[in-house]
Amino acid sequence: MASPTSKTTPEPFVWLLFSAGGVVAALVLPVLVVLFGVAIPLGWVDAPDYGHLQAVLRNPLTRLAVIGISALALVHAAHRLRFTVEHALQLRRYDAVIATVCYGGAVAGAVAAVYLTLGAL
Amino acid sequence: MSSPLEARYHRQRVPLLWWARRRSYATFMLRELSSVFVALFVVELLLLVRAVARGPAAYQGFLDAMANPAVIAVNVVALAFVLLHAVTFANLTPRAMVVRLRGRTVPARLILAGVYAGWLVVTVFLLWLVVG
Repeated sequence: MASPTSKTTPEPFVWLLFSAGGVVAALVLPVLVVLFGVAIPLGWVDAPDYGHLQAVLRNPLTRLAVIGISALALVHAAHRLRFTVEHALQLRRYDAVIATVCYGGAVAGAVAAVYLTLGAL
Repeated sequence: MSSPLEARYHRQRVPLLWWARRRSYATFMLRELSSVFVALFVVELLLLVRAVARGPAAYQGFLDAMANPAVIAVNVVALAFVLLHAVTFANLTPRAMVVRLRGRTVPARLILAGVYAGWLVVTVFLLWLVVG
């Protein structure tokens, strides 16, 4: 068996991203789900008009925030989902495949966030 | 202690639905499953950004899609899970972070109060930013 010091794993780095993503998701997502998922669709709150939302999203700080929040929250979810699937369904054997799908999905989402905020808006 | 050889050939069989047998295990699974809805809502947010990038008609289309009763139902479930995530993660903070001030450990309750105050500030700010 290899000694613990001879092997470097990305695990601590992933853990850092995991907790940062958890904090960001906890702080920001509830109010946004309430607004865009429930209150606006049910007509409790008027939808923001297009010009206002466009102006808010085009602000450099908002672009940065959208990228940061999406990337971190997705990495958080990917890391959690990887182990949930493996523990709940006892699929440890397929860790390589499951990890690739989870983190790959998170990276794809982060790339989409960068493209949308910096390229498309 | 079993020898490595024994450990290799004797494997305890765990039932597939082990987590459904106890309430605490099931709660743990629900908490972990919240990640699915976190990811789902991030995708919805990115769809909103895409709609705004494409123009007023696309934005209206996004609003109409979100007003579909089935989508609202999914988002109500997503809200419950996102709140579960927020509460469980906030309650973890005093255990993950020990703050020392003038040589004394700040009590867990105070840290928790700070976390919830920060959460309130962010929530009010975002409400103002989007709607106000």
